[in-house]
Amino acid sequence: MSAVDVAAVPMTAKRRGAQLVMLAFAVAIVMVAYASVGLGLNGQVPAGMLGYGLGLGALMLAAYLVLAKFAPWADPLLLPLVTLVNGLGLVMIYRIEQSAPKLASASNQLFWTALGIVMFSLTLIVLRDHRALQRMTYTAGFVGIGLLILPLLPFLGKEINGARIWVGVGGFSIQPAEFAKLALVVFFAGYLVAKRDILALAGRRLLFIDLPRARDLGPVLITWVFSVGVLVLEKDLGTSLLLFGAFVAMLYIATQRTSWVLIGLALFLSGAFVAGQLFSHVKARFDVWLDPSDPVLYERFPGGSAQLMQGLFGMGSGGILGTGLGQGHPNLIPLSFSDFIFAATGEELGLTGLMAVLMVYALIVERGLRTAIAARDPFSKLLAGGVSFILAWQVFIIVGGVTNLIPLTGLVTPFMSQGGSALLANWILIALLVRMSDAARRPPPQAIQDEGLTQVFQR
Amino acid sequence: MNGTLKRASVACLLMFGLLMININYLQAVKADELRTDARNQRTFYARYQNERGMITAGGQTLAKSVDVGGTFRFQRKYTKGEVYAPVIGFFAPESAQGIEGAENKYLDGTHPDLFVRRTVDLITSKPTRGAAVDLTLVPQAQEVAYRALEKSGKRGAVVAIEPKTGAILTLVSVPSYDPNTMAAPDKSKAARVYDKLVADPNKPLINRAIQDTYAPGSTFKVITSAAYLSEDESRDVNTTVDAPDVLPLPGTTIGLRNYHGESCGGRATLLDALTISCNTAFGTMALEMGYDKLNEQAAKFGIGTQLAIPLSVTKSDIGPDVDKPALAQTAIGQRSNQMTPLQMAMVAAGVANQGKVMKPYLVNKIVSPDGDEIDSARQEELSEAVSPDVADKLRQMMVSVVQNGTGKAAQLPGITVAGKTGTAETAKGQASHAWFIAFAPAEDPKVAVAVFVESGSAGNDATGGAVAAPIAHDVMQAVLDK
Repeated sequence: MSAVDVAAVPMTAKRRGAQLVMLAFAVAIVMVAYASVGLGLNGQVPAGMLGYGLGLGALMLAAYLVLAKFAPWADPLLLPLVTLVNGLGLVMIYRIEQSAPKLASASNQLFWTALGIVMFSLTLIVLRDHRALQRMTYTAGFVGIGLLILPLLPFLGKEINGARIWVGVGGFSIQPAEFAKLALVVFFAGYLVAKRDILALAGRRLLFIDLPRARDLGPVLITWVFSVGVLVLEKDLGTSLLLFGAFVAMLYIATQRTSWVLIGLALFLSGAFVAGQLFSHVKARFDVWLDPSDPVLYERFPGGSAQLMQGLFGMGSGGILGTGLGQGHPNLIPLSFSDFIFAATGEELGLTGLMAVLMVYALIVERGLRTAIAARDPFSKLLAGGVSFILAWQVFIIVGGVTNLIPLTGLVTPFMSQGGSALLANWILIALLVRMSDAARRPPPQAIQDEGLTQVFQR
Repeated sequence: MNGTLKRASVACLLMFGLLMININYLQAVKADELRTDARNQRTFYARYQNERGMITAGGQTLAKSVDVGGTFRFQRKYTKGEVYAPVIGFFAPESAQGIEGAENKYLDGTHPDLFVRRTVDLITSKPTRGAAVDLTLVPQAQEVAYRALEKSGKRGAVVAIEPKTGAILTLVSVPSYDPNTMAAPDKSKAARVYDKLVADPNKPLINRAIQDTYAPGSTFKVITSAAYLSEDESRDVNTTVDAPDVLPLPGTTIGLRNYHGESCGGRATLLDALTISCNTAFGTMALEMGYDKLNEQAAKFGIGTQLAIPLSVTKSDIGPDVDKPALAQTAIGQRSNQMTPLQMAMVAAGVANQGKVMKPYLVNKIVSPDGDEIDSARQEELSEAVSPDVADKLRQMMVSVVQNGTGKAAQLPGITVAGKTGTAETAKGQASHAWFIAFAPAEDPKVAVAVFVESGSAGNDATGGAVAAPIAHDVMQAVLDK
């Protein structure tokens, strides 16, 4: 609010130039990948490449300008990294569209990317202080639960591929769980900040763990019941696991109590065990996980291992260097444009490409967690930590699933899988991180020398 | 909260670490297993992605890949498929047999010998092409042999070998099949055709020349003679042996008789015994020598040796040492005595080549896509079956068979032919196998041949001389006219 512009102590660098260069680099990588798809498929650079490339470039430039204006201190790495995975996802979907045109649509995905960037910008413009979200804790909670229930409503909800997680609006299908994820993380953060002292301190010590009081078990039990409800009623293993895991992690971060993790784990395992006994589709996932190459399981339908194995075959055929873009057979991998996009990428870009993609995800998460550590108030810390963790957790669940590290549960691969809802939700998630990192990196108010009690806020 | 946040960071790091370790395991350690899994369609597509090498013989293209574009870009076409199918085999969506299977690494370009070329292709971004396989077969003779057997609806095999090198000039098995029916990239169609061929009672998929063994009948007497002559170098073609009308078999009430109960006059010279194919004379010789001598001689001709030409050859075997009656029957190619036609051609070739049996081979050379020779056949001596002296005596006896005896049908104008007929009983009351082995010209052999006509396919009274010898005649003629 003052025109004085004196840096008395070293301040965090904005690094906007570096951010622009990295952004250009990310767009360049994506364009080269586009060209590579065309060359691999028919020896020609795709006709639409320039359009796609310039479109993506223009979008990212717009996002950058909004970020530079409204969150100038934000982490310079976040936007370029997200651009890179989003762009690679676009390229993969374009590539899959070439061999399976009915299912994949690159222009649709580009449209949703554009919309995602609009949401990103809007979030940055509208949400000038993320702490406003803390005031909406319970609203967010209700919105989240409402979104989760939405697919169960008659007429509105739609069942696709056995999971009732879609809502049909006009011609579009929306996956409300993706947005519910955001709302619930906001709710968890707000709720836990308010209650963390009780949850952390009350209770008694048994052996070497601090057990909470029975009545404080309420929130974790309610979340657990909700997760199980999602699992049973919507047959959506992925979302169920995602939400419960995120809640337990945030509970731990807020209370510093290991007992919560153990209780969560115990609840999860017992839930999973009972679900495995009661529901054939859950048990089928376990059977497949234990021995996917078993011929009997491979032939079984539904609930067989053919999908998973086709993805693994693709990854195996890709090997260390991959077949090269446009030279694999992603059409052999079921759902290669959504759940299995990681496997399809593995076939064409190989181990090398996948390691790079995982590294990019890991860096996004790392930037998010760094924001959380640098944040100045508990709500920001918890929200940034929760948002980062849920991103990592989602990547772990779906990538671990398609690579048979853990039982396969359907989830989208953030920013890569085809699907509008997930893209919009994840771009908003990144906008929240950017907003919080801006706040965290903004230099604190500084005393101007020899000015006595007067302080100047630099905004 | 920073402490727990840091621990949560470690948890995230751990999750990404696990994912990375797992994809390294999948794409580096387990990659080969996943890539080659039969359920991985990519191996099926890959089979048709590169131009496979040609298979040629005597300047003719027998198998080639035709560029048809699309997912299954190169498809295999066989010219005169049936004539060559037992040798070349087929390149089906999920399997390959014959030369297509045995030389697959050269044909599809993945052989280590082609590594440098492959690398150059990769750098210059040229598609990988397979190397061509040139066979030793003589197309004219191969076709003559195939037509001669097939025309009359007979089942059987013809093998012709160049005695001095071991090069296989003819390898025919009838009935055959059309490999083109399995070459299309259509798994279910290929499987249907294959299952039908497997179920066919005439067993067209069996290469009778090398994959199955049959009682050689009197053609085996050449080996018995070789053993008898080698046992004592002073014996020659005029040495006489007992040749009663009925040779009593020790320990049984029945005796060994001659074909159709004919008489050999009580005693016969070796020359006459072979010329008129006198069973009792050879029974006598075997009983005199014992099983071991006969078996040893057989082994020297390659019987019992595992051969790959490069197609795998079923081992021939004269049968176990049971008792004397069995031995007498073994000596005339009966009982448990079982030979492949290729083995009998090697016997003829061994006699023709002054006693030296050359290792038989089918592949003449491997030629790179650019026309450079990568590998060529090395002639190898398998064994010395008999001394040149004994070989010469055997030659005289076999010449007599064709000039005066049971093999007159194999005579060639102006060329001396040496041979031996065989008519092997298969079971009581069933038609016999007809055999003929020969080589020509007797003085300087250029071709050795074995003809086998399976029991029941050429009438009930088929004899080697009447059924098999004319085919040998045509094949030798075709090779010598080449």
